[in-house]
Amino acid sequence: MKPRTLLALAVVAAALLAVGRGAVAISPAEVMAALGDRLGVDLGDIAARKAAILWSIRLPRVVLAVLVGAALGASGATLQGVVRNPLADPGLIGVSGGAALGAIGWIVVGKSIATPWGVWPLPLAAFAGALATTAIALQLARVEGRTSAVTLLLGGIGLASLTGALVGILIFVADDTALRSITFWSLGSLGGATWPLVGAAAVPIGLGLALLPRLARDLDRLALGELEAWHVGVDVERVIRRATLATALAVGAAVATCGMIGFVGLIVPYLARGALGPGHRRLLPASALGGALLLVLADLIARTIAAPAELPVGILTAAVGAPILLVVVRRGRAGEVLP
Amino acid sequence: MTPDPITGVRLRALAIALCLVIGVLACTRAGRAPAPAGAQRIVAIGGPVTEIVFALGRGDRVIAVDASSVFPPDVTHLPQVGYQRTLSAEPILAHDPDLVIASGDAGPPSVIAQLRAAGVRVELIPTAQTVDEAARRIVAVGAALHAEEVARTLAEHVREEAQRARERCCVIAGGDTARRAPRVKAAVIYARGAGTVMLAGSDTPAAAMLELAGARNAVGSFSGYKPISAEALVAAAPDVIVVPSRGLASIGGEPGLLAVPGLADTPAGRAHRVVAIDDLLLLGFGPRLPAAIDELARRFAP
Repeated sequence: MKPRTLLALAVVAAALLAVGRGAVAISPAEVMAALGDRLGVDLGDIAARKAAILWSIRLPRVVLAVLVGAALGASGATLQGVVRNPLADPGLIGVSGGAALGAIGWIVVGKSIATPWGVWPLPLAAFAGALATTAIALQLARVEGRTSAVTLLLGGIGLASLTGALVGILIFVADDTALRSITFWSLGSLGGATWPLVGAAAVPIGLGLALLPRLARDLDRLALGELEAWHVGVDVERVIRRATLATALAVGAAVATCGMIGFVGLIVPYLARGALGPGHRRLLPASALGGALLLVLADLIARTIAAPAELPVGILTAAVGAPILLVVVRRGRAGEVLP
Repeated sequence: MTPDPITGVRLRALAIALCLVIGVLACTRAGRAPAPAGAQRIVAIGGPVTEIVFALGRGDRVIAVDASSVFPPDVTHLPQVGYQRTLSAEPILAHDPDLVIASGDAGPPSVIAQLRAAGVRVELIPTAQTVDEAARRIVAVGAALHAEEVARTLAEHVREEAQRARERCCVIAGGDTARRAPRVKAAVIYARGAGTVMLAGSDTPAAAMLELAGARNAVGSFSGYKPISAEALVAAAPDVIVVPSRGLASIGGEPGLLAVPGLADTPAGRAHRVVAIDDLLLLGFGPRLPAAIDELARRFAP
């Protein structure tokens, strides 16, 4: 079986496990009954209360975890391909911070502006923030056609601090119960998942992910170096523009709905590269599926380990991700470009 | 050269299919069960709201409460659903409630939306920091519980008793209300652990209670709660420090309080005048409001 099929099955299995676990246990048979009931097929019985919990709380949450995990995993792999460095995580280089700034900016400033666009201004604002920071981060790091990893990471630290400070100011002046919890934005949570929110995340993330496969072969060539890639016919500027657009769409929507969940974009491509090699045609889908798998499981642990309270899921991904970051640095691959 | 056509087409089809499925799921939402008239399984959230539910004689129907619900003492034996500002939907739904009655502070809003989407009736009761608002809140809780009559009686009782307590406090504090002695200058310190020591400014329940008990808030320069600053505390020069007792315990009792920077240099710190009162009694504006006014005024008396 192909690794990709295996990963996809693992995601489905993890999702089925996750929808059953929580304060109210729902058996796999009941899950099937509820799904069948919705599709008009009789597959068994499920109590109305359990069905309500499944449909209005668990399922949107798990679907959101799949979407956001896929967005973060694939974005990480793409950014790392563009700068040819395994440290280019959307959180580390400031992209997530920019998205959070855009989203919070809209919540604080834009809420009073009446728009006929429903739920869309929020992910759009996050997209704008993510686009701006991605573009700035990549421009900072590129010197004469080469991407300097040191500049990228140091610039990312600067960008993350700057957006963090601006977010802090916005939250301080907002005095709004919706914004009281700075933890939501800095550590991330999938706890607010509702179907409209999932819908608002699904479209930009779907668009962003749909842009990526076209980039796979060019990212492979880019691994040779920008000049070399240009010599074999890659329009480097266009690849970078598209990668920036796709990751900004995906990361923006992820952050607007769940806050900043760190390290998914770092851990997953790192492991996938180790298992499947550096070719982007396998790396990108594997990173998307792996990200979905990781986030579904991390969120399952986050909401069950300290019940009735919930752990911010970003704490878990950071607990796994930060050691991997240290391993990458220790191996000495951080300072150089990818082979 | 072209991108790999097979991977490209497949992945794009996958992404589009995913979005379609989600769209369909989002449109076919579960129908809601009609809520029964008299709630039998109540989850009460927010200290004063829980207190009112019990005062209205519906305590036997309460099956779970949040961490801020600590009165009457029996409720602390009930199952917990977390803290009112950081709720999650599942632990509440696990109790299979037919009514979630919660303080207006309860949230986050997304969790309230989730509870409603799961078909549970959620009543948010506005918060109170005046005698009138306290009475209105009792009536609102009564309406949510279908106990209007008893709620109106209780609200009227609280309103009258609070008025009497005010009259009494003024007599104790300085004789005739028209010619009473200068009001005592008090500051309320709200603490949640040594890292969070706040001073209550204007427009807070704490400031409103000081006013009701015939004292004056020494801190008038800002509204809401602000992290304590030694200079502001010395400049405010309170004669008495009022502190919710649970908060006091969280910073190590009176020695911990007196170690707060600046406090030792205030008249209250020098005279060790610290008034500790149960959090919910002092700040709750619940059915015990008249008792709270009496208690505070008694402790302010020289």
